[in-house]
Amino acid sequence: MYAFDIERPETIAEAVAALGGEAQALGGGQTLIPTLKARLASPDKLVSLSSISEMQGIRLEGRDLWIGGATVHADVANDGTYAALSDLAAHIGDPAVRNRGTIGGSIANNDPAACYPAAALGSGATIVTNTREIAADDFFQGMFDTALNEEEIITAVKFPIPEVANYQKFVQPASRFALVGVFVAKYADGVRVAVTGASNEGVHRWSAAEDALSSNFSAGALDGLSVPSGNMIADLHGSPDYRAHLVKVMTGRAVAQAS
Amino acid sequence: MPKDSGIGAATLRREDVRFLTGKGQYSDDINLFGQVAAVFARSTVANGKINSIDTTTAAAMPGVLAIFTGEDFAEVGGNPAGWLINSRDGTPMHEPKRPVLAHGKVRHVGDAYAAVIAETAEQAQNAVEAIEADIEELPAVVNMKDALSGSNFVHDEIGTNQCFDWGWIEDNRAATDAAIKGAHHVTTLELVNNRLVPNAMEPRCSMAQYNSATDEYVLHTTSQNPHLTRLLISAFVLGIPENKLTVIAPDVGGGFGSKIYHYGEEALVLAAAKKLGRPVKWTANRTEAFLTDAHGRDHVTKIELALDAEGNFLAFRTETMANVGAYLSNFSTATPTFLHGTLMAGNYTVPNVYVNVKAVFTNTAPVDAYRGAGRPEATYSLERVIDKAARELGMDPIALRRKNFVKPDQYPFASAAGLEYDSGNYDALMDKMEEVADLAGFAARRKESEAKGLLRGFGVNAYIEACGIAPSNLVGVLGSRVGLYDAATVRVNATGNLSVMVGAHSHGQGHETAFPQVVAEMLGIDASVIDIVHGDTSKIPFGMGTYGSRSLAVCGSAVVRATEKIINKAKKIAAHMLEASDADIELKEGVFSVAGTDRSVSFGEVALKAYIPHDFPLEDIEPGLEETAFYDPANFTYPSGAYCCEVELDPETGKVRVDRFAAVDDFGNVINPMIVTGQVHGGLGQGIGQALLENTTYDENGQLLSASYMDYTMPRADDLPFYAVDHSQGNPCTHNPLGVKGCGEAGAIGSPPTIVNAVIDAMQSGGKNVTHIDMPVTPHRVWSAMQNV
Repeated sequence: MYAFDIERPETIAEAVAALGGEAQALGGGQTLIPTLKARLASPDKLVSLSSISEMQGIRLEGRDLWIGGATVHADVANDGTYAALSDLAAHIGDPAVRNRGTIGGSIANNDPAACYPAAALGSGATIVTNTREIAADDFFQGMFDTALNEEEIITAVKFPIPEVANYQKFVQPASRFALVGVFVAKYADGVRVAVTGASNEGVHRWSAAEDALSSNFSAGALDGLSVPSGNMIADLHGSPDYRAHLVKVMTGRAVAQAS
Repeated sequence: MPKDSGIGAATLRREDVRFLTGKGQYSDDINLFGQVAAVFARSTVANGKINSIDTTTAAAMPGVLAIFTGEDFAEVGGNPAGWLINSRDGTPMHEPKRPVLAHGKVRHVGDAYAAVIAETAEQAQNAVEAIEADIEELPAVVNMKDALSGSNFVHDEIGTNQCFDWGWIEDNRAATDAAIKGAHHVTTLELVNNRLVPNAMEPRCSMAQYNSATDEYVLHTTSQNPHLTRLLISAFVLGIPENKLTVIAPDVGGGFGSKIYHYGEEALVLAAAKKLGRPVKWTANRTEAFLTDAHGRDHVTKIELALDAEGNFLAFRTETMANVGAYLSNFSTATPTFLHGTLMAGNYTVPNVYVNVKAVFTNTAPVDAYRGAGRPEATYSLERVIDKAARELGMDPIALRRKNFVKPDQYPFASAAGLEYDSGNYDALMDKMEEVADLAGFAARRKESEAKGLLRGFGVNAYIEACGIAPSNLVGVLGSRVGLYDAATVRVNATGNLSVMVGAHSHGQGHETAFPQVVAEMLGIDASVIDIVHGDTSKIPFGMGTYGSRSLAVCGSAVVRATEKIINKAKKIAAHMLEASDADIELKEGVFSVAGTDRSVSFGEVALKAYIPHDFPLEDIEPGLEETAFYDPANFTYPSGAYCCEVELDPETGKVRVDRFAAVDDFGNVINPMIVTGQVHGGLGQGIGQALLENTTYDENGQLLSASYMDYTMPRADDLPFYAVDHSQGNPCTHNPLGVKGCGEAGAIGSPPTIVNAVIDAMQSGGKNVTHIDMPVTPHRVWSAMQNV
């Protein structure tokens, strides 16, 4: 780790003021701190978001579940209002990760194998920042790439609560990130299916499955579908064909277990 | 004798109090006044020519005290191989000595070419990044087949990547070939025994001190055998006289073989401590552990099993390529040969065995002994090909094994691979296994799995291994450059408590609990007054350390011999005190008495008398009560076992879950059954890790792709089943005083083929004619195998 300064602002406004230059926002640090330890990043300054009370907490806002950007996974896991989301949060990393890692940090990082991006995209969530609101469909722009500008902070994420939903994660055995994760959510106006872990494009929707499931919400509705493997990830843990296969299997299981 | 502290008692491990409360003292916990830090500059390429190393900028950076490069060690000795192997044609193996720091060339990713010593580790790391090294990347030799056929050499001066081409037993070759040629049936299997990264919880750490007034060095280091490390440094690498060098291996957080060997970092910190006159510490980070600890396994093997029409084994013939990496680690040449080829008759009366092993240099980390060391490779090859043969012949895999087992009345049994098994009863182990595993219930459990859409497979395995390495006279003939005895000193203190100094080193084995149980049993006193001293060459006699499941069988035997001497002398003292003849003194429950009388003295009274010898007849009895014994075994010990497991396989994803596992082992006599069970659990965890999870992958450029826990899968608790472990079927070793055989590696030896056999059975039960799958049996591999048939 190289030396750096750290600031701990208590308001969003102070945090924005502290960012700029080579400063780097620090959420729960579950990705950033190991990166710093490995000397793979050298920010002059870290701006910790964990003392900002207005970015904490979980509450119902109309039909949306509002989750502060600095809320840790363990709190989401324990909330239970949106059962599929809580279940997803309960299976991220290990207890240490869940008690430090934050939803805003995970979504801003947009790791192609992370769980939260699938929930946000699969729920049609709204990403709230210090300057604007961004629809999940516009937010995720490829591996580790998002619509966030420099010095923009995710202050909250708003999840419309679906009729039923489920997340199925087939873990990469070493990291236990998603080798393939599929989030399925059924709303009055249709079904959304978001896939993480599988694609070189990062989290994405499987529109053919959404169409099929919107007219017939059962695993059998997927029978005639196949997932193209062309853009799937190839690595030590799975080939593109295997990942494409798992997308379909996990989608079917998510539908079968949606509640 | 209190039943809760002698032989056979499941005494809780006394060392766990300090381990579990954070009071352990590991090398990195030790900090000395004036201590400075060493950090190494390591190659990022697998093969490269060092054109120049410019340290000017780095040397001027804050806190930097010294920078070493390979040039600084060009004149000192190299780290040798501990075992000389001759090729089939009689020529000795190629043996490039490993320098302290790479010089001229770097040969694997992680190969250290420079070291910076600075006031702090952070300053040293900063300076390492400022070293300007012009290293010209050369094509890497990674794949063993390419290494043997190509003209790109890891060591140019050798002119081949073949370290040796070994045949065992060369005189058996023609008969084995003939048996295979004329056989009713031959089953052939090509397999890979996957490379493993040891991943001890505690990374390596070495700290050196130098005292210029006395010219003495002290090295604290993560070692399984401090005397061996000292010998290597003194005799081969730095030439520091042994009487001027103390090596201390304090608490060590796991070794699994990787801490047997002397590494260059130990020599570097010693040289730096002398140059600077300050203590110098280096502690590996996890990446360094992945890149530079000696790895394990990495064999590519073709094995053939010849059978007659009745299923009798006629011959095993094996061709193996064994990766030794870029340099020969200390026991890298023994592991694929005498610890592997000699076991290739297994538990069987097979008359013909021939093994050919080619050891191959590659631009990868060195490969050496890892929990089991050669025997897991032998067992895996044998037990996989036997299973395949059973399937081809339509025979029950248990019945086929039983048919060929050595029978209890055949001991001592001379195996076709050159060992003499002293004791065992493989059918009894199999009987017990069938009982504890509830084999009768398998069909019902398979039905339950199938109702859930899962395939259930059953896998079985019988193993024998050779432990307690080893008779010095035998290994000397076979090429070992060291003796393999061990040593113990038993010191009875004046107040009746004991310090037992042992050559074995405990880094997870529970010696501090088990060894006192032996002494307590012999003396009839409570184990709580006996302490073990280990790990410090200035305190312990010259023993060879801990590996190869040897501690109790070899060092424990030395403890017995030394304690026998204590008893003999104590009887003399007691006889003097009781005015009786030595021959009439009996020791029972810690009391010396004159046979047939009520005259007695306690052990404590004798101990005190030994040190206050006011009235000793000094021509007959020396003062004091301290004895040393060296013990050199007559043979290896031969633990054996019958293992089975059931797996559930999800045909949609390829995911395999181990549902049940039964391990029935013959360890001979058992000193502490709880520790033995724990050792089996640990071994099973590592074996299941090898079978299902752990994969070390280098790409074609020699980059280690699985260089962190993000990609290298260590077994976790939820990957492992509850185990049924049984060691009730012990047949005592016939040639050591405790009748013990060794239990540290069995689990890692017996479990991989058990798992893979079960996975094959599961796939077969799903109608997929998959006959082999290589480890680790990952979901992706299983799914792919099932797609391709």
